[in-house]
Amino acid sequence: MHISPLRVYALVFAALLVGTLTTVAVAFQHLGPFNDIVALTIAVTKMTLVVLFFMHAKYSTRLTKIVVASGFAWLLFLIAFTLSDYLTRGWLGVPGK
Amino acid sequence: MANPQPLLATHFDTLDQQRESASLGMWVFLITEVMFFGGLFTAYIVYRSRLHGLFDYGSHELNVTLGAINTIVLICSSFTMAIAVRASQLGDRRTLVRFLVLTMLLGLTFLGIKAVEYQEKFVHHLVPGPHFQWHGPQPRQIEMFFSLYFAMTGLHALHMIVGVGLILWLLPRSAKGFYGPDYHHPIECFGLYWHFVDIVWIFLFPLLYLLGRSHFVG
Repeated sequence: MHISPLRVYALVFAALLVGTLTTVAVAFQHLGPFNDIVALTIAVTKMTLVVLFFMHAKYSTRLTKIVVASGFAWLLFLIAFTLSDYLTRGWLGVPGK
Repeated sequence: MANPQPLLATHFDTLDQQRESASLGMWVFLITEVMFFGGLFTAYIVYRSRLHGLFDYGSHELNVTLGAINTIVLICSSFTMAIAVRASQLGDRRTLVRFLVLTMLLGLTFLGIKAVEYQEKFVHHLVPGPHFQWHGPQPRQIEMFFSLYFAMTGLHALHMIVGVGLILWLLPRSAKGFYGPDYHHPIECFGLYWHFVDIVWIFLFPLLYLLGRSHFVG
């Protein structure tokens, strides 16, 4: 059983707060397409910190790590394959239409 | 230990194996939750990308200040929950009970602020249905934004309510000293659930409140 020192939790907590304030501040700047990219990058980073340290994934068994990683992989499949349909509609004309 | 049940269930060899099985099972459950919310997230992404900026008008109606405060409240509650789990690992009963109570109070604060936000939407006729009113162009598309907003934040809030209920169940057991270094996985598994609900909000906040904000600045 791994017991994390309080310092680790405090550092992750501080990083999550900084991430939240940054994402709000950036949202009001004109960055074009980078607004969305920055917002999602910060969210993914915050999620990774929570999963690794608050949820102890970093210290769990290899089996648990594989289950966690595969779960997120399936979510990416869901989103990627759905968008590969919707975003590419109309790229090619439909014959006879 | 005041726990009346034997610590090691008969179908496990060691306490370590028992604890690891519990957390693995909890993760499998959380993966089903990821797919549950994932369907809604995918729907949101598809509509947002196909409606070319219309959702930005919906996002603009949401209260960023309250949303940001709620994000911070939830992050604080994840922090207090992490400390509660650590206290259960150490067998520190007082800290465990205190931080479970703190976590619950922060969860209730989140729900209170969420209720204020929902109430604003009712007052402004932004709740989908017969009373929905939108004076700009393409009201049906804006209504779709609010349908997704209420479905996603509503499902998230439901998870928070379940979480508060679970803390109410864990609190008396914690106070009686059920949980310690040899047996703390009920607290650990509840912590996993609570952090997962926090992660859902970490994505809901930027997706619903922040994307497209810059179009309304200056």
